[in-house]
This record gives sequence, C-alpha cells and structure tokens, in this order.
Amino acid sequence: MTSPLLQVRDLKVHFQVRAGGIFFGTYLPLKAVDGLSFDLSAGETLGIVGESGCGKSTLGRAILQLLPATSGTVAWLGKDLTALDRAELKAHRRHMQIVFQDPLASLDPRMTAGDIIAEPLRNFETGLSSAAIKAKVREMMEQVGLLPSMVNRYPHEFSGGQCQRIGIARAMILKPKLVVCDEPVSALDVSIRAQVINLLMDFQRALNISMLFISHDLSVVRHISRRVMVLYLGRVMELADRDAIYGKPRHPYTQALILAVPIPDPDKERAKPRVLVAGDLPSPLDPPSGCVFRTRCPRATEICARAVPVLESAGVGHEVACHHWRD
Amino acid sequence: MSASVLDLRNLSVRFTTPDGDVAAVSELSLSVGKGECLGIVGESGSGKSQTFLAAMGLLAHNGHAVGEAIFGGVNLVAADESTLNGLRGDKLAMIFQDPMTSLTPHMKVGHQLTEVLVRHRNLKSTAARDRAIAMLRRVQIPEPERRFEMYPHELSGGLRQRVMIAMALLCGPELIIADEPTTALDVTIQAQILDLIRRAKEELGTAVILITHDLGVVAGMADRVAVMYAGRIVELGDVHQIFNAPQHPYTKGLLACTPRLDDATASALVTIPGQPPNLQRLPKGCAYHPRCQNVMDRCRAEKPPLMSAGGGGLKACFLENFGRFQAGAVVP
Amino acid sequence: MNGINPSAPAAAAEIAAELSGRSLWQDAWRRLLANRAAVAGMIILSAIALASVIGPFLLPWSYDAIDWEHIEALPPEFATGHYLGTDSLGRDLLARTLFGGRISLMVGLLATTAALLIGVTVGAVAGFVGGRTDQLLMRFVDLMYSVPLTFFVIILMVVFGRNFALMFLAIGAVEWLTMARIVRGQTLTLRNKEFIEAARASGGSTANIIVRHILPNVLGVVMIYVTLTIPQVILLESFLSFLGLGIQEPMTSWGMLINDGAAELEINPRTLIIPAAFMTTTLFCLNFLGDGLRDALDPKDR
Ligand SMILES: Nc1ncnc2c1ncn2[C@@H]1O[C@H](COP(=O)(O)OP(=O)(O)OP(=O)(O)O)[C@@H](O)[C@H]1O
Ligand SMILES: Nc1ncnc2c1ncn2[C@@H]1O[C@H](COP(=O)(O)OP(=O)(O)OP(=O)(O)O)[C@@H](O)[C@H]1O
Ligand code: SF4
Ligand code: SF4
Ligand SMILES: [Mg+2]
Ligand SMILES: [Mg+2]
Repeated sequence: MTSPLLQVRDLKVHFQVRAGGIFFGTYLPLKAVDGLSFDLSAGETLGIVGESGCGKSTLGRAILQLLPATSGTVAWLGKDLTALDRAELKAHRRHMQIVFQDPLASLDPRMTAGDIIAEPLRNFETGLSSAAIKAKVREMMEQVGLLPSMVNRYPHEFSGGQCQRIGIARAMILKPKLVVCDEPVSALDVSIRAQVINLLMDFQRALNISMLFISHDLSVVRHISRRVMVLYLGRVMELADRDAIYGKPRHPYTQALILAVPIPDPDKERAKPRVLVAGDLPSPLDPPSGCVFRTRCPRATEICARAVPVLESAGVGHEVACHHWRD
Repeated sequence: MSASVLDLRNLSVRFTTPDGDVAAVSELSLSVGKGECLGIVGESGSGKSQTFLAAMGLLAHNGHAVGEAIFGGVNLVAADESTLNGLRGDKLAMIFQDPMTSLTPHMKVGHQLTEVLVRHRNLKSTAARDRAIAMLRRVQIPEPERRFEMYPHELSGGLRQRVMIAMALLCGPELIIADEPTTALDVTIQAQILDLIRRAKEELGTAVILITHDLGVVAGMADRVAVMYAGRIVELGDVHQIFNAPQHPYTKGLLACTPRLDDATASALVTIPGQPPNLQRLPKGCAYHPRCQNVMDRCRAEKPPLMSAGGGGLKACFLENFGRFQAGAVVP
Repeated sequence: MNGINPSAPAAAAEIAAELSGRSLWQDAWRRLLANRAAVAGMIILSAIALASVIGPFLLPWSYDAIDWEHIEALPPEFATGHYLGTDSLGRDLLARTLFGGRISLMVGLLATTAALLIGVTVGAVAGFVGGRTDQLLMRFVDLMYSVPLTFFVIILMVVFGRNFALMFLAIGAVEWLTMARIVRGQTLTLRNKEFIEAARASGGSTANIIVRHILPNVLGVVMIYVTLTIPQVILLESFLSFLGLGIQEPMTSWGMLINDGAAELEINPRTLIIPAAFMTTTLFCLNFLGDGLRDALDPKDR
C-alpha cells in the first residue's frame, strides 16, 4: 500500500439545529459526523455504508470542503485542507470531484450538456481555446457513452441514467485524483445501475482514482469497494477490508445490516436466520449515551450505556468500535 | 392454488398526454390465488403501479383502463365509485411507497384508523378505538396509545409504514396490494416491515401483491413472480423457477446485472445495453428486441404472446429452450 | 472505456445535427421568435416607441403649441393638422400623446433598468452569500421600504433642488427593493440545489456561480416582474407629477394626460381615450413579451 493521499483525523461536523418553542428556541448541536478518522490511498475505493441520516453525505461534503468542518483535519497529500484559504483551496479542487445521487438535480437546468461537462475546464484550464474545449467535451461524451450529437440538449431531455453519465463526465474531465460518489446509482434502475457502476469502475482503474463510494446499498458497495466503513449516527462502527466486513463482520450493527440485505436467490434468502434489529434509529439530536447503537443492539450490556467504545484492532486493517466484539 | 382472489383479464391502461398517448399497460392478464404472495418486478415505468391503480379505480384523470379486473365477482374496471369505495380499505387494501402521501397530514393517526372501521364496519367510536389500538400493537408499534394521538409527520418513516399496514389490515382484507412498501426505508427497517407483511399473509391468510424493483425482496417474499417490461408481463412463474431457471432474456439479464451481497467477485457487472423504451413509441414486435442479445428476425416483426415456459411458467419470448443458453447478456 | 451503448436510438439526422455549441441565449431568442404573441408585442411596442421618439418632429403642431383658432377642444380634422383633435386648451392631442409617450417610456425604461440592475445584484448577492452580508443588505432594504415615497422625493428635492432626473432616481430607488427581495428568495432556494454544489466542486468562484448559474435561473421570474414594474413606474410618475414633484406643464406624460382626460371625461372623452389606448396597448404588449421571455428562458418549454 502506498502512503495515503487523504488522511482524515477526528473529523467532526456539527450542525446547530433550532429546537423548542417559536420564541425561546435554543440551538442544539446535531452531530452529523462525530470524530471520524481514516486514510485513503491512491487508487483505493473506500465504501461508506450506513442508514439514512448517519452522516455519509455530510462526510463526503466535509472532505471536499463543501461544508465547513467543526473540528478535525482533512489532509490531502499532507496538507490540511481545512486550513487553506479560498485561492489555495481552488487549486486543490481540480483534483477532487463529486458525483451526486440525484442525476437531474445535479445538473443546471439552463445549461446544455456540453456546457455542463465543460464547466470544470473553463474554471481550471483558462488557456484552452473553445475548439479545444469542444474536442475534449466530445471525447468525454464518447467515453461515458453519450452521443456527441447530444451536446446541445438540456438535462431534462435526457433519461436518469444519461444525466448521471453527464455528471460523471463533468467529474472526470479534469482527471481528478479523488472522487466522492454520493449514492451515484441509488436513483437508477437496475439495468442502468449496472452500466453506471461499470463506468465508474472503469474510470477508477483507468485514472487510478481514490474513491469514496457512499451508498446504503451493501451489495453495490461490496462489488465496488476495497475497504468498507460502516457508520451509525455519525460514528464509525467498523472499518475493514471488504472481505473481512462481509465475511467476518465483528460489530453487531454490521452483522445485522448484512443479514437484513435481501439476496436475490429464494433458496438462500429463505434459509437465512431471521434476526431483526429492533426499533428505529434514535434521534440524532439526542443520541444514546455510551455506544450509540445500544438501543437496538442485541448484545448490549450495562457497560455499553456507560462507556463509548473506542475503535480497537480486530485484525490487520480491521477496526471495530464495540465492547463485546470478541464474544 | 385454490380459487383466485383477483383476476386481471386483458387489462390495458392508456394515458392521454399533450404529446400523444402513453401505453402504460398492454393487455395484461394475471391472477392471484387466495393467500398467495405474488411479486411484481420490473424497472421504473414498466407499468407495475398503473396496473394495480387501474384495478383499484385510482388512475389519474388522464388515464383510461379497458379490460377486466375481477375481484369477488365484481369487475372493478367497470364498477362505479360507490362499489369501489365499499371495497377499498375493506376487502381490498393498498400500501404505498410513501405513506405520507396516503395519510392525511392534518388528521391524527388514530382518527384515520377509526374512520376506516366506522365507515366499513359501522363500529362505535370507542370500539373502533380499541380495535385500532390493538392493531397498532399487532404491527409492533411501541406505545400505541401515544402514537394514536399523533400526526403522521411526527412519526418516522418506518412507523408511518407500520401505521399504513395497520390500516390495511383493520378490516381483514382478502388482498393487500403493496406498491414498493419498503423502497424508501433503510434495510433494517425494511426487514421489519417485510416481516410484518409476511406474518399478515401467514396468520391471516391474506393474499399479497408485492410490487418492487428489488429482486432480493421478491426472492424472500413471493410465491410466484411476474416480471414486467414496457407494460407487459414478459415472464410469470414460480419464484424458484424465475430465479433459478429464468426463461426470458430480460429476466436473465436483470438477474445477472444485479450486484449481489453473496457474490465476492469484483469483475465487471453484466449489463443490459440501452434503456427501457419510450412508451409513446414502442418498438415493433417484441418490445425488448432492441436490447436483446438473442434477437431473431421474427422478434422484430411479431409480438410474442405469453406462452408456456415449462414448469407451469409463462414467458413472452419466441426463443425455445432458452434455459440452455448461458448468461443472457454479455458486455458488448 | 467500456462499450456501453449510447442509449438513445441515434437518429441519423441527429448525428448530422449541428455540433457547434448553442447557448441558452441563442436558444431563448429562437424560442422567443417562435412565440407569436411575444413577437406581435415586440413589433407593436417598437412601433409605439419609434412613434414617440420621432413622431413629434414630423407633426405640424408641437406638443406645447396652442392653436389659438381652436382654443376649445376640437374633433379630429385633417385640414387643421390636428389628426386626433386638440385638448381643451387647443393643443394637438396626437403631439401631446406622442410626447407623453416619450417621457413615460423613458421613465419606465430607465427606472426599471436601474431597479433591475440594483435589485438583481443585491438580491443575488444577499441570497447566495448569505450570513452577515445578507443580514446587512436586507435590513437596508427593509429600512428603505419604510420610507414613504413622497417623503423621499421631497427630501431629494430639498437637497438637490427641482430636477427632472431626480424623479428617475427616486422611482428607481423604490422599485429595486421588491426586485431584490424576489431575487433573494429565488436565490435562496437555488443555493441549496445540488447543481450549485456541483459548480462549487468544479472550482467555480462565488461571482462565477452567481453569473453562470444563479442569474440564468432567476431570469424568468425577473422578466415577469420587469413587465409588471414598467407600468407601475409609469403610474408612479404621473402620481408624482400630479403632486407637482415630477414633470411640469406644458411637458406631459401618459399618466398626466390620462389624469387630465379623466377630468373631462363627460365633455370630451377623446382626451382620455387616446392616451389611455396608447398606454393600455403598451401594457398588453409588455405582458405578452414578458410571458414570452419567461417561456423562452426555460429550456423545458418548447
Ligand atoms: N444543513 C444541515 N443542517 C442541519 N442538519 C443537517 C444538515 N445537513 C444534514 N443534516 C443532518 O445531519 C445528519 C446526517 O445527514 P446526511 O445527509 O449526512 O446523512 P446521510 O447519511 O447522507 O443520509 P441519507 O442516506 O439519507 O443521504 C442528518 O440527521 C441530517 O438531518
Ligand atoms: N398521469 C399520467 N400521465 C401520463 N403518463 C403516465 C401517467 N401516470 C403514469 N404514466 C406513465 O405510465 C408508465 C407506467 O407507470 P407506472 O407508475 O406503472 O410505473 P412503475 O412500473 O410503477 O414504475 P416505478 O418503479 O417508477 O414506480 C410510465 O411510463 C409513466 O410515465
Ligand atoms: S458496544 Fe455494546 S451496544 Fe455497542 S455494539 Fe457493542 S455490544 Fe452493542
Ligand atoms: S422475443 Fe426475441 S427479442 Fe424478445 S426477448 Fe425473446 S428473443 Fe429477445
Ligand atoms: Mg446522503
Ligand atoms: Mg410505481
């Protein structure tokens, strides 16, 4: 493994959320991301999974400095991005890109596909002639499987899958080193989803991109990631290589999550032990004391309410935050 | 399978739009047996929802249904509004993807539940309240008395869906049509909700039509599966047959391009090229032919009817002995 | 890359289609020209504007010349050169209407342009930048709202003396407030859209994003508001003039003419109907044009 491109240390993103009455409301901190640390090396894909509201998108945006971090550092090639000023940050932006969940909403409705794909070029390669830009856009469109004759169309004239290809073309045109994919295939149909996953993986390999692949779909994450990080209420529950996470999950939450994913095979699906995680996600404004998962954990004991479990090593590159992972 | 609960015969749904008619569902025939769970799978726009909205008389006003949907001896497509109102929520219940759209936002959950009982069962309000709270408890809503007094927006997505299921079960329906009931939910909550539906089916003998695009959900829940494409059924059969020996190239492609949790290989996914057709300009012949790897001349000219696929299943494809072919679609 | 088939069936015509880039503006122009009502509005509006600008030079009577031979209101008559008759002072009605149009259109155009420029800039910056800047700008807008217009104009006059240009200033200073609020509201909803985030991730600066993404997306609404503002400004001008704070006799405007005409409605309805017809036509045309512009700027509308 090469030295990490991206080092995230104790990253926290807290939102101030108004709570209480109309007149005398107070502000409560909503700890969307609460002390995350991890490394990402060149060409590596880290899958980030967890249920809705666990802070996946917030994490992705905070890393790209689209949201201010409350504390902690995001080091890119050893340089802390959170400490940079605007101009320095802009210089780094060309290496970092994002692909969004909603294919249509992430494209400006008043811009043509060509203009959308060309936008990063216009921002960063100001020396390029418009003919050169056009040529690059054309090449990019072909690479993502769009007809170059579609340059003049507006986003609403494309299908969801095609819009996502435009979004990917925009993200890849500067040949970035880091791409955050925030649920890039969740809004797509099964048959289109496979096409887009393959496209992303091809780019990832061809350009040796480091990728943060955010998804709530564990099957997709298994397919695309090398390592996987499991989040719950803004905290890391487990972080390990893909095969370890899926083959030997240590954390009760990871185990429950994996068991809950339906497998498209009636024999396997029906033979599965039917263990349900009880209850609902607690309010992120009022997370449980100690281990955040304890209200739904089948193995919770008295200590889980008292002490916050720290990440412990459960093998090479395998970290678990649970008091009872050994049991 | 004993007598059927719902029988669709040559059901078609068309929508009139400013840019021409949309053939959302075409000549679809299907039956659901008593106590059976029928899974309906297909991609977005394949007509899954409209088929059953038409059967419930809930089409948008630019929609028009022809054909028959026989439920308890009544043809729902031709039935008047009062007959439909008498059946809906009573013998025939529906659960939607987003409970927020089917629960009235400014009415307490409890009121909405008791209203159903008062309307269909003529219960007194105290009796209705007891029944409703018992039902909330039955769908495992914690503190049902408290939730009874809450408004829909005060409940989490999972709880709202439980309320919807409670409402559907209140009158002991013969058939529940569940349209993507878990698509908006997290997997752990999805597992809880599916478990509830499964228990309703097993304990109450309710037939369930489960509409979803998640093949995994169908694999775990359904007895039989219908695969839809461009407004038609392309394959219909026992769940084991559909998953283990699919007879239609589309079914096979769909299975192959779904990433699986139990599959550790990280090779490129098999894909189905292209995208679903525009329902305003359906291709001639088999609607799947522009994407089909096994396309023949005949497919471009003739529409394949539903025919026997062996093992009691049906398929709409001219290919013979498709089972012998290996992977249906390959990366071109 | 992998061979994902381009999904849409590639019609041959489409491949042959022009591959050069098209901009929103070219598209909008094309769509505007396809809108009959808007084109008719544009043509009539230009005709009225042209007539107002050069008409007074071509007529036999000037707007302030009194025809002493026809001191009472005269019906239209070709021989005297009063093509639409005279008013009760014997002044040529057509000349006065055209001259009034010059003033009214100029006030409408200048004041609205000022309102447009200031309002859109302030609104977009406040909405997009947010935080302190937003607070500051919007509190200023609130403050300006609370100052009554007449009071404001009077203060201006006390300070600068009586001046025709002050009127533009005063009206412009009032009209941009609403524009700023509208644009800010629109910008606030746009700001959280993913495509704005995507633009930031692509390295766009604040100014860049406002110009390239925010403005084109608020323009439709702005255009509608502009076409509503112009008539408002024209009426405001007559109100100010009526109070003696605007333009003075014998100069005139549509607003003033209508005012005068209304007073003589029973004796001499012509003096009301003629300027009113010009003004109503103008307003109608503006409305059609505004609707056309909004539709033209929305690519979803074909
Ligand atoms: N701008 C904001 N202000 C206040 N709270 C926010 C804001 N953005 C996100 N949150 C909250 O932070 C938490 C994490 O949100 P985030 O969008 O990161 O979750 P997620 O894991 O991406 O969920 P999903 O799967 O639904 O996309 C949520 O509880 C959310 O309500
Ligand atoms: N009111 C309407 N007017 C015109 N077309 C409509 C209308 N409602 C639905 N359609 C069209 O009918 C087709 C079938 O829609 P349907 O809702 O049944 O799809 P679905 O299979 O349920 O898809 P999804 O998975 O997205 O729910 C779609 O192409 C849709 O665009
Ligand atoms: S720390 Fe306790 S509550 Fe948390 S996951 Fe481990 S056993 Fe469960
Ligand atoms: S009928 Fe022909 S085109 Fe259609 S699925 Fe069968 S083989 Fe493919
Ligand atoms: Mg998210
Ligand atoms: Mg549907």
